[in-house]
Amino acid sequence: MREVAIVAAGMTHFGELWGASLRDLFVEAAQGALTAAGTDHLDAIYVGNMSAGQFVGQEHLGPLMADHLGMAGVPSVRVESACASGGVALRTAFLEVASGASDLVLAAGVEKMNDGADVTAILATASDQETEVYHGATFPGLYALIARAHMAAHGTTEEDLAWVSVKNHRHGALNERAQFQRELTTDQVLSSALVSEPLRLLHCSPVSDGAAAVLVCPLDQASKYTDHPVVIRGTAMATASLALTDRRDMAFLDSVAASGARAYEMAGIGPEQVDVAEVHDCFSIAEICCIEALGFAPLGEGRHCARTGETALGGRIPVNTSGGLKSKGHPVGATGIAQAVELFEQLTGASGDRQVHGAEFGLAQNMGGTGASSVVHIFQAV
Amino acid sequence: MPSPRYWREIPSRYRLEATRCGDCGRVSYPPRRICPECRSTDGETIELSHEGRVLTYTVVHVPPDDFLMEAPYALAVVETPEGARMMVQVADCDPASVEAGMMVALEFRLIRREGKGGILCYGYKAVPAYPMGGEAEAELRSKESEVAHA
Amino acid sequence: MAGIAGYGAFIPRRRITTEEIARQWGKDPGTIQRGLMLKEKSVPGFDEDTITISVAAGRAALARAGVSPSRVGAVYIGSESHPYAVKPSGTVVAEALGIGPEVHVADFEFACKAGTEAMFVALALVESGRVDYALAVGADTSQGAPDDALEYSASAGGAAFLFGRDDPLVEVVDTISFTTDTPDFWRREGEFYPRHGGRFTGEPAYFKHVTEATTRILDKTGLKPEDFRFVVFHMPNGKFPLSVGKSLGFTREQIDPGWVVPTMGNTYSGSSPTGLAAVLDVADPDDLILITSFGSGAGSDSFVLRATGLLPQRRGLAPSVRSMLDGPRRYVTYGEYAKYREKIIVND
Repeated sequence: MREVAIVAAGMTHFGELWGASLRDLFVEAAQGALTAAGTDHLDAIYVGNMSAGQFVGQEHLGPLMADHLGMAGVPSVRVESACASGGVALRTAFLEVASGASDLVLAAGVEKMNDGADVTAILATASDQETEVYHGATFPGLYALIARAHMAAHGTTEEDLAWVSVKNHRHGALNERAQFQRELTTDQVLSSALVSEPLRLLHCSPVSDGAAAVLVCPLDQASKYTDHPVVIRGTAMATASLALTDRRDMAFLDSVAASGARAYEMAGIGPEQVDVAEVHDCFSIAEICCIEALGFAPLGEGRHCARTGETALGGRIPVNTSGGLKSKGHPVGATGIAQAVELFEQLTGASGDRQVHGAEFGLAQNMGGTGASSVVHIFQAV
Repeated sequence: MPSPRYWREIPSRYRLEATRCGDCGRVSYPPRRICPECRSTDGETIELSHEGRVLTYTVVHVPPDDFLMEAPYALAVVETPEGARMMVQVADCDPASVEAGMMVALEFRLIRREGKGGILCYGYKAVPAYPMGGEAEAELRSKESEVAHA
Repeated sequence: MAGIAGYGAFIPRRRITTEEIARQWGKDPGTIQRGLMLKEKSVPGFDEDTITISVAAGRAALARAGVSPSRVGAVYIGSESHPYAVKPSGTVVAEALGIGPEVHVADFEFACKAGTEAMFVALALVESGRVDYALAVGADTSQGAPDDALEYSASAGGAAFLFGRDDPLVEVVDTISFTTDTPDFWRREGEFYPRHGGRFTGEPAYFKHVTEATTRILDKTGLKPEDFRFVVFHMPNGKFPLSVGKSLGFTREQIDPGWVVPTMGNTYSGSSPTGLAAVLDVADPDDLILITSFGSGAGSDSFVLRATGLLPQRRGLAPSVRSMLDGPRRYVTYGEYAKYREKIIVND
């Protein structure tokens, strides 16, 4: 396999973008990456998107987006793995470049969620329709069940959960592209409206519109596009049962652990060498489960990390410097690519007030459903 | 829900049919063709008991549109004596009274309706397991005044 | 002799008091409680309907009978609140109970006597030898228009009876039906609430048909009121069954065990069947039991039953009616009641 690098990134603001359509969002992010790389050609496009068919009634995004990018003719396909669609789009682009099939591929993610659809019902299609959704399960509901299981197994408290939101909002307050550029207090989190007990509104990532894009090419061609490429050292994906009831342990995300282990092995590093990470904090409990499964905290200890500052900027392993899904926003199909954008900037020293100084290795973990799919990428500054 | 999709699942939704693996004994609900534990295809159809225990639960305050009128409702993972796990609502009680370890009975209920004119979709919900007959029932009746207007 | 091989009942666990409803409409609760002799009534949840009540009652009947569902050759559901206008309730009930597919299924409607109507036909099929066992259910989630007298009584619940030839818990001694065309209570297709003829529902309807059917079955069997340990009359309110019982020469001791209406309300097709189930919960071997239903439109079915030695042995296999009436229950406000009964207009 050829070594593969990210050479450019583009991203929209995340939020309730009433004036922008699905295609507007994609074009803005993709054109941003193309402009940064100073190129106007592509060998292929992968569009990470969870559910444009349901959110805005639009399928067949591959050719649509290629056309609106002024690149009709280029191979272009939508990649779907629920909220991990973006991460999987990046992995697919990586494989295409690593294999030698293509030299310059755009991996993008886009979602337009604020267009009047029943968001709760649409997101729930990523869980098991026959056994979970049929009975009234929602995504917050399923993560609430995970939270309760984690509380029972490890003594995690509602305040522990609240600290994850507080920490990520502190980061997001420094990110001009974030949906919520403001800090929160634990009191605000713990007095917000109940969504699905024990999860409250401020434990949940918001409903967002947005897009993100990165360009990948062989490392030995990277200098054509940038002086500061970031190498993709590891990429891995793993799956688990869609239904929570089929999991061995509801408080542990097997797919996150497996995708992490495979990515670490491919990159030849361990969690202790990671300098900065973006993990899938769709709900506060998810960040705790993910940092445990990825080895950033021992099992059962992840609950303390946000409060102690271990996972905050300046801490042992800063997690979600972008603000995470909670503060930056979570346009589901775009999230995996937005994580890569954050790490591309961190590893090229372009993160401004959020910069983790001297960061060499970055890890992005993006998952679908309640962790039925998880994809992990490990990046290295060169 | 389109009626064919509903109709196909009737054996598990109406009668709690499940598969017991002939090789490793794992019980899968709803039935599966391949055992998720050992990949055996030697499965036997069984009917689950109409009782179980709450493993974990939540109270859903923000429901999908189809369940708007029922919120807040308790949603739980229930394990039957056969070891099958299912996600069901816990009905006929204050959602705040649901807790892990609670014993429940499974009762046939209307789960959802397809708008005003579509099909009615049935299945099971858990309800608190009430003692029945004899002393247990007498004890229950003596507590009547506590329950009333609770 | 053919009889009832198993029985069961189900009553939803929500209640609303007569007082709460009266207050809503500015009525004096005491006057209404005394006039109708109603304390409270059962209220179905969003997730309960004739089908779910029938499944619960039917499951209890099968449990008490100890009969394999595969031996049940007919399933009849009597109700005036079948959830579908077109599509049987009985097919769901049969599948849920594991009955069939070699089974005869039908939904019955005859206002409040659809339950005994189903029992009548189930019994006849068993007696004829055409099927080994036949399940008959009377169940309703009754509707009464807001601020109508019926709103204080219309409730939810039902009972199921499995008829069979072998080892009955109760033998059927005789039956009779008395039917005329009397438009005392009706609901036209597409209408949400039923309408009624006010006091016309009394003398020419309820009292005439219940009295005629009861008198005729006493004549037919040569039995007298004092020969019975228990009697059950249809219970549209608390008062009617007591009045008709008294005029026919029955005592409160005979009526009270099956007089479930003060705390259950009128479960329409499930009313007299649930009263009968409550009687079977306490009857001793060889006790004679009389039940007379009433359905507006109008007609009455009477059954004379005799308990066997099996009844006390089997009744512990399912919950008693009184345990459901007096057991765990939640009281709802009129607002919650209006929501549960879909009396509040909401957007799709």
